[in-house]
Amino acid sequence: MNLQDTHVTPLSHDQLMSLLWAMQRIRVAEERIGELVATREVRTPCHLSIGQEAIPVGVCTVLRQDDTVWGGHRSHGHYLAKGGDLRAMMAEIFGKVTGCARGRGGSMHLVDPAQGIFGTVPLVGATIPLAVGAGLSATLRGTDHVAVAFFGDGATDEGHFHESLNLAALYRLPVLFVCENNLYSTHLTLKDRRVKDNIVESAALHGLPGVVVDGNDVTAVYQAAQQAVDRARAGEGPTLLECRTYRWRGHVGPAADLEVGTDRRRELDDWQRRDPIAHCRGLLNAQGLSSEVFERLETEIRREIDEAVSFARQSPAPDESELLQYVYVRGEG
Amino acid sequence: MRTLSYAQAIREAHAQLLAEDPRVFLIGQGVRNPWYAGTSLQDLDKEFGAHRVIDSPVSENATTGTAIGAAITGMRPIVFHPRMDFMLLAMDPIMNQAANWSYLFAGRVSVPVVIRAVINRGGEQGAQHSQALQALFAHVPGLKVVMPATPYDAKGLLVAAVRDGNPVLYIDDRWLYDLQGEVPEGLYEVPIGAAVIRRSGRDVTLLATSYMASEASKAVEMLTQRGIDVELIDVRSVKPWDRNLVYSSVGKTGRLVIADAAWISGGTAAEIAASVAGEIFHALKAPIVRVCLPDAPAPTSAVLEQAYYIGAEAIVSAVEKVLVSSTRS
Ligand SMILES: Cc1ncc(C[n+]2csc(CCOP(=O)(O)OP(=O)(O)O)c2C)c(N)n1
Repeated sequence: MNLQDTHVTPLSHDQLMSLLWAMQRIRVAEERIGELVATREVRTPCHLSIGQEAIPVGVCTVLRQDDTVWGGHRSHGHYLAKGGDLRAMMAEIFGKVTGCARGRGGSMHLVDPAQGIFGTVPLVGATIPLAVGAGLSATLRGTDHVAVAFFGDGATDEGHFHESLNLAALYRLPVLFVCENNLYSTHLTLKDRRVKDNIVESAALHGLPGVVVDGNDVTAVYQAAQQAVDRARAGEGPTLLECRTYRWRGHVGPAADLEVGTDRRRELDDWQRRDPIAHCRGLLNAQGLSSEVFERLETEIRREIDEAVSFARQSPAPDESELLQYVYVRGEG
Repeated sequence: MRTLSYAQAIREAHAQLLAEDPRVFLIGQGVRNPWYAGTSLQDLDKEFGAHRVIDSPVSENATTGTAIGAAITGMRPIVFHPRMDFMLLAMDPIMNQAANWSYLFAGRVSVPVVIRAVINRGGEQGAQHSQALQALFAHVPGLKVVMPATPYDAKGLLVAAVRDGNPVLYIDDRWLYDLQGEVPEGLYEVPIGAAVIRRSGRDVTLLATSYMASEASKAVEMLTQRGIDVELIDVRSVKPWDRNLVYSSVGKTGRLVIADAAWISGGTAAEIAASVAGEIFHALKAPIVRVCLPDAPAPTSAVLEQAYYIGAEAIVSAVEKVLVSSTRS
């Protein structure tokens, strides 16, 4: 099935503006995190999604607060796009007690249950079946919540990707599988890992619709996600979206990993010309977005990020006495 | 003799094994990348070819099962898991298949596979990049578990593991990678199941595993200055472990401290303590003390990491405690 055949309404100016804002906010936040890592003020490993912002933003914009998202090691974008608290994320990255996991998790463990973010973890593919579980739970509880699993192309190398697609299709669960295919798994390209560039075909094998989406076009992601979420809410089951994209930075930290595994200079240049934010700005420029308005938006975002960084810096570290807290919960969890 | 780092010693063992035996091959994630393996596998793919040094997709379950299948049919694979945590995705092939195979089929078929898992702790990487799970695997009949603490043993135990003929878990610790030590040039084996006395002493037996053996050496220096004569045992293999050597040492000193940088409950230290108490209780002059990690997943924040991880100082206090609590002298 090709979801893109069905009817979709074009986005309004306001909608495009809010997509632009959300993407730019993730970009600026991650650039700042990259600087903090480069100066060693931040020590926890941070995996940046710069270049991939259209995917979390396009998908999360069609979600409700009570829908859930599940991510992995590269999840700042998922967290922010879904409404996660920016200050709590920064503080977490700084290992501070005001962090979303009180400093126990760092960048790879983000959580904000009120926003439907029940935890992101670095083990590759680990949250894919958990998203299926959230879909099952929604069905059993009789709600129309949707669960979104965000994962990379690397995660499709793991068995639980395939097992999860099958389960979700079998039980017609309200799950959106969003593969952010950025062509890399650490230092290995897709070619090092698969005979064919055909992740989307896994969907057909397991009996669910699969769509390839331009992951750098936020409107395309938005529209594909909208249809998949509508399907899921209507009880028609899961969808796999394979969003084609590219990560500008290296596997971990701010460097570009130009020389690791393969030489990716040329590829990176090509993809940077397809900047998802510039693309969205282009659409808005055509509708008359002035550069002053964009600069104002940018300034506001920078102010918010600055504020979050100083909040994180000024927050206290956790107390040693917390070390053994939360290994278990008390009473009913 | 020449000196190598722990990581270089591991690399040399791999290189010489690959050169010596065409049945040996390497498969796993990051085998051609320094991020995960440090220098411990550096350029092996260039030297021996990508067909024998296979950098695999993120497919722990399949790659481990594949290595086991290859081992059953005549190869001598080494599977590499750059973080022990990732290896948990391969529990079925390791625990249900490899560990059982020889017994299930009355020894008609065996699984000569080495499964190398790296302990990677600290650096604010948190709970899923830090687990030291030797006890979990040592629990399983059919598996052998080795944990080298020096460059010499890192090389010799890998050679012994590859030649052993059974599934052997080879656990190395990134915190040891830069440790320097003497390493012979040729291939040699350090026998699996044999502990070693690093320093002999009269007052207390200090038994340590892996990274803690290196911390224990520092502790011994501090204790020696305080006039305490410690016998330091590096256990090297945690399954099987060297009961005879440990019992005879404790028989001599009457006191035992066990240092293992894994969780305390149900751990390797617990197993050794229970065996010593059960077998040579009469020799003990004091309760056995364990120096282990608290029963919590690893926190990320640097401050909490500081409180969580243990080292030489904790060992020193434990030894002092054992001396103070002695009922007989
Ligand atoms: C189970 C497991 N195996 C290996 C790793 C090491 N690892 C961390 S990220 C990563 C690459 C994942 O690639 P992909 O899913 O495409 O996500 P990307 O990093 O490209 O966003 C690997 C292999 C891990 N964290 N967990």
